Amino acid sequence: MLNFELDQEQKMLTDAIGRLANERMRKVSRDADEEGHIPPEVAQAGWDLGLLPTGIPEAYGGFGEYSVTTNVLAIEELAFGDLAIAAHILSPNNVAIPLLLCGTEAQKEAHLPLFCEGTMPHVTAAMQEPGLQYDARNLKTTAVLADNQYTLNGKKSLVPLADTAETFLIYANEDGRTQAFFVPADAAGLTVGEREKLMGLKALPTFTLTLDNVQVPVVNRLGGDAGIDIGLILNHSRVALGAAAVGLARAGFEYARDYAKQRIQFGEPIAHRQSIAFMLAEMAIDIDGARMMVWEATWLLDQGKDATKETAVMKHFADDMAVRVADQALQILGGYGYIREYPVELWLRNARGFVQWDGLVIV
Amino acid sequence: MISFEIPEKIKNQLTMTEMVAKQVMRPYSRHYDEHEHDRPKEFIEMMWPIMKQQNKAQVDRWKANGSASKKEGPNTAILGLILNIEMLSYGDAGQYLCIPTGGLGGAAVEAVGTTEQKIRFMSRFAEGDKPAWGAMAITEPDAGSDNSSMRTTAVLDAETNEWILNGEKIFITSGALALQESNDFCVVWATVDPAAGRKGIKSFVVEANTPGVSVSPGLDKLGIRASDTVVLSFQDARIPYDNLLGSAEVKEADTSKGFQGAMKTFDASRPAVAASAVGIARAALEFTKETLAAEGIAVDYTKPRHQLTAVERDLLEMEALWKTAWLLTLKATEAIMHGRGNRLEASMAKAHAGTAVTRITQKAVELLGPLGYSRETLAEKWMRDAKINDIYEGTRQINLLIVARAILGYSRRELK
Repeated sequence: MLNFELDQEQKMLTDAIGRLANERMRKVSRDADEEGHIPPEVAQAGWDLGLLPTGIPEAYGGFGEYSVTTNVLAIEELAFGDLAIAAHILSPNNVAIPLLLCGTEAQKEAHLPLFCEGTMPHVTAAMQEPGLQYDARNLKTTAVLADNQYTLNGKKSLVPLADTAETFLIYANEDGRTQAFFVPADAAGLTVGEREKLMGLKALPTFTLTLDNVQVPVVNRLGGDAGIDIGLILNHSRVALGAAAVGLARAGFEYARDYAKQRIQFGEPIAHRQSIAFMLAEMAIDIDGARMMVWEATWLLDQGKDATKETAVMKHFADDMAVRVADQALQILGGYGYIREYPVELWLRNARGFVQWDGLVIV
Repeated sequence: MISFEIPEKIKNQLTMTEMVAKQVMRPYSRHYDEHEHDRPKEFIEMMWPIMKQQNKAQVDRWKANGSASKKEGPNTAILGLILNIEMLSYGDAGQYLCIPTGGLGGAAVEAVGTTEQKIRFMSRFAEGDKPAWGAMAITEPDAGSDNSSMRTTAVLDAETNEWILNGEKIFITSGALALQESNDFCVVWATVDPAAGRKGIKSFVVEANTPGVSVSPGLDKLGIRASDTVVLSFQDARIPYDNLLGSAEVKEADTSKGFQGAMKTFDASRPAVAASAVGIARAALEFTKETLAAEGIAVDYTKPRHQLTAVERDLLEMEALWKTAWLLTLKATEAIMHGRGNRLEASMAKAHAGTAVTRITQKAVELLGPLGYSRETLAEKWMRDAKINDIYEGTRQINLLIVARAILGYSRRELK
């Protein structure tokens, strides 16, 4: 039956993350962006929420079932706090969720318990590629099978936390299909490049990766003989990105709303003017519309149904919505919006990235 | 628990409605657009037995309980209504508005009337061989969005215990159907005390054939031409005292409950308008996609954004507007279903859907080229039909104002 209210557990979860967002993430957000460094204790506090273990079955060391809907509710709250810190906290999802969706029994048994421990595992995923023509369904990085060994060649970008990763999940094109491979960090031919210099997400260390004839045993291919369903992984990635866009936009909206109510010009709050108030109303409608599209897609995914069309339309809308709302928020703050003392310009820089990001849980 | 599931019973109902939309409405869409003041008799005759049966269930409940009984669990009737409106408007928005039932007048009776009044006025929509219509009159030539400044007056004649109505009401949907072409009624909002502002505004049931009530010829409109729209004039029109809608409380001059009743009908009628907008949008989008696909132009949902053509982007944009409009409509409906207030959600849905359908249908005409501009297809008609949704039941601007006040926690005085 049609229902848009969170259940009790989801409410408790989003409340807890909301507190973390307001009390911890927001407080360090600006310095983290300026210094390019996320305080480890804040990332750890995020990890301590235990989001991933609640989505991993007991048999693999967790204590629940993966609910896409609950996951995106959590992601919206985290992104409301700070997108870069959220991406850091969620970076293990980039490996754990594809593993849950497409892994063989043996791969799940071997790797999933890693995600149920007290410290964040040193794993990350590499899907995106540099260059204008990035297409997750038609990657330029190649995987060629010969003598029970894959040989990987190519370049990756936007790989979060690659400098400290011990294991990578690397996506590559095998005979026209996208597949994913577990590769240890010390594999010969795998080089982590310089830290990337980005417009936003500056607190999150991301790197390029070069693969030069990297040898990978055949058993390391995710999903074994069946391989992966790249469409399915992308759909799960897109709802996560959509939820993050909603969380970020809501941060901008709420900040601008509160500012407009206390900023006095011409003897009264600027929110008394329709030109400001209507911008806020449009922002609220935009955000709600995007959130409903995310939820509709996760509702389908939770039932094991295809949501390729829904996630495509949703992402198209949410990517633009995030920029539009962040920009309007900045506009409402006027000159102050442009000053780095206020958080709004940071949100606009972060929002601009969504359209470029496709295929990882957050970045 | 978040769910978008539609109950099986409603889905089955919609299958029927879809048949009506495609087989009874669409084939006559162009005819009634070009013969503005004809009535869509095929649709009316088809719908009357169905509406009668639905209304009978409601009237029987009032009769049985002496009050509008609250069923246990979520109110699925409102969900069924909204989904059916979407589907009928997908068929033809103008014909949909001719549906023989209580309409906005009936909604006002239900929102403000006593149980005795509900049974007295609403029974006609539940029985009889001839279709019945209810209408509602609130807008005046000089009182549109600012309807609290209406000037139509109701003065009590103590000797005869009758109300005497004087004034003019415009843009009355189904006004001629209710008062001229059947024996039904129009709910008229009027002030018993012009100095009292909102508090003086009450609603009155004016029956057909009341002396002093005149109905203008149908207005000529841009779209929804199948829909009957008239002006009503009242010149010393006398109506019985008990046709004042509401309990004793509403009758008191110093309460604004009467006006609030008018506003309350909008909480359900705005999602209904949004649903109608979405139905037109779906028709236009579907036709555009099918026509382009026949020429080999179709959206590939797996392509990354930077590889999309301009037309694919336009189509995705239209689809996103349509989808967000529909989901916001469902959100406003879901709140009613579960007994929560929906003033904010209703205005969000209405503001967004009205503009969304306007943009979608205009884009459809553009993408279809000469075919879109031609009266040989329905695209240009849908574009004309669509625009009303950006206007009636509160313009986009009025609805944005309501949204803005709600999110800012402002009163009418703080945000004008």
